[in-house]
Amino acid sequence: MASEAIASRRWRRPPPIANPRLRWAIYGGALIYLTLAIASIEVNWHRVYEGLDRGWRFVQGFLFPDFISRFGDIVQGMEESLTMTVTATVVGVAVSVPIGIGAARNLAPLPVYLGCRAIIALSRSFQEIIVAILFVAMFGFGPFAGFLTLSFATIGFLSKLLAEDIEDIDEAQAEAIRATGAGWWQLVNYGIQPQVMPRLIGLSLYRLDINFRESAVIGIVGAGGVGATLNTAIDRYEYDSAGAILILIIVIVMMAEYLSSYVRKWVQ
Amino acid sequence: MLRIEDLRKRYGSGEEALTGVSFAVPAGQVVGLIGSSGAGKSTLIRCVNRLIEPTGGRILLDGLEVTALGRRALHRVRRRIGMIFQEYALVERLTVMENVLSGRLGYVPFWRSFTRRFPQRDVDTAFALLDRVGLSDYADQRADALSGGQRQRVGIARALEQDPELLLVDEPTASLDPKTSRQIMRLICEICAERRLPAVINIHDVVLAQAFVDRIIGLRGGAVVFDGPPAALDAAVLTRIYGEEDWAAIQRRGGDDDEGAPGIAADRLAGLA
Repeated sequence: MASEAIASRRWRRPPPIANPRLRWAIYGGALIYLTLAIASIEVNWHRVYEGLDRGWRFVQGFLFPDFISRFGDIVQGMEESLTMTVTATVVGVAVSVPIGIGAARNLAPLPVYLGCRAIIALSRSFQEIIVAILFVAMFGFGPFAGFLTLSFATIGFLSKLLAEDIEDIDEAQAEAIRATGAGWWQLVNYGIQPQVMPRLIGLSLYRLDINFRESAVIGIVGAGGVGATLNTAIDRYEYDSAGAILILIIVIVMMAEYLSSYVRKWVQ
Repeated sequence: MLRIEDLRKRYGSGEEALTGVSFAVPAGQVVGLIGSSGAGKSTLIRCVNRLIEPTGGRILLDGLEVTALGRRALHRVRRRIGMIFQEYALVERLTVMENVLSGRLGYVPFWRSFTRRFPQRDVDTAFALLDRVGLSDYADQRADALSGGQRQRVGIARALEQDPELLLVDEPTASLDPKTSRQIMRLICEICAERRLPAVINIHDVVLAQAFVDRIIGLRGGAVVFDGPPAALDAAVLTRIYGEEDWAAIQRRGGDDDEGAPGIAADRLAGLA
């Protein structure tokens, strides 16, 4: 009797897909697809070889950047980009807060919720470059189109994350504020705001840094900023000036990163 | 005086949480509401200030029918009902003082609460209450910097800052050690006696309830199955409320569980060192 109780029983972690045939069919199918997909990529090795030379010159430009000869253009582009970034972030955040509150199911009545969610979906479904092309067509070349693009993109990003943060709050704290007889605005100010504020500040700073990087990209389609300067430099094969611009972008993004991590620690 | 008449609540899922509960609590009486999880204690207490909307029956607070009020009138009556929560439910990132003053939200306009410029009278009351619960040095600390017992004291001060006519207390000691639990229960009961406040306290700990409350109501399946003095709680009654179990131990234990926990805590700390 004792030997029966001690007899060892094998144990293995149950596989994620129980049916072995289905399991091997899925693994095998994925492998075959991957092989065929890689095989279907056409590579023109001759063209790659030619491009290596140009790539090398680009690397050289990066190693020996030229800040001087296009100094005026670079400063103007940077100024435009920074202005666009800051104004678009401020306006975007200011618009995102009410939309984010409206898009939180635990705060907003259904029609408001649906309306705000629709705005967010619209803003998120278009990539910045496409929006920028549209705004450039509407308002002409220059930083105003860029400002509108970045504001629009900020709204989709920040409202959605804010709404999700509001939906994730500790309901007990909000319930306690409701129980005191507080009105709706007081509930938001006392029960919700303290819980979401650190994340809102962190996300705004994160968005500031995204907006700066995006400002360099949308400049390429004519929305002003340092992107336009960069595009011109590359078109003229002035890789040393382009290298200088890229280095400046990297430095500014790193500074923003450092600043935002410092501020985030401080607001926690 | 709180009067509950034939209170019913059926949730959207069809689950019946309360099936016709009636009782009255006169001024100054502290009622302990006991029953197993899911018996409807939490629902009952939240129906009184309509954090949960009841589906039937009436609730009267000093003759005012709470269940018939519109939105604005409901906010006005909520400020007369202080509530103390399980896990304290303080706003963690606000200061102790802001948490206490939030008890006045129903009384002040939005701009005053937004700018934190509460009337001097409210601030005086808040300081007096913090004195009463022994936390006057902590006014500017953030609520999440306090220990469990201290947080619950802030919760009590917040409820009293409302100048309430009724206290609803939901599992006030659920996450506290036995000694702190007794101190918190004693504080709540003293305050109710001082102010002649009626109170309804949800509580899991039968022994603790017996030691402090004036009257016990037992809920089972959303209905009252016992209503009487703490002394009348015997094995038969406990079985009626909770179901079959050997109740001898709980009755022998009485009130001597004060000393156990600190010893255990010390052991744990020794283990960590």
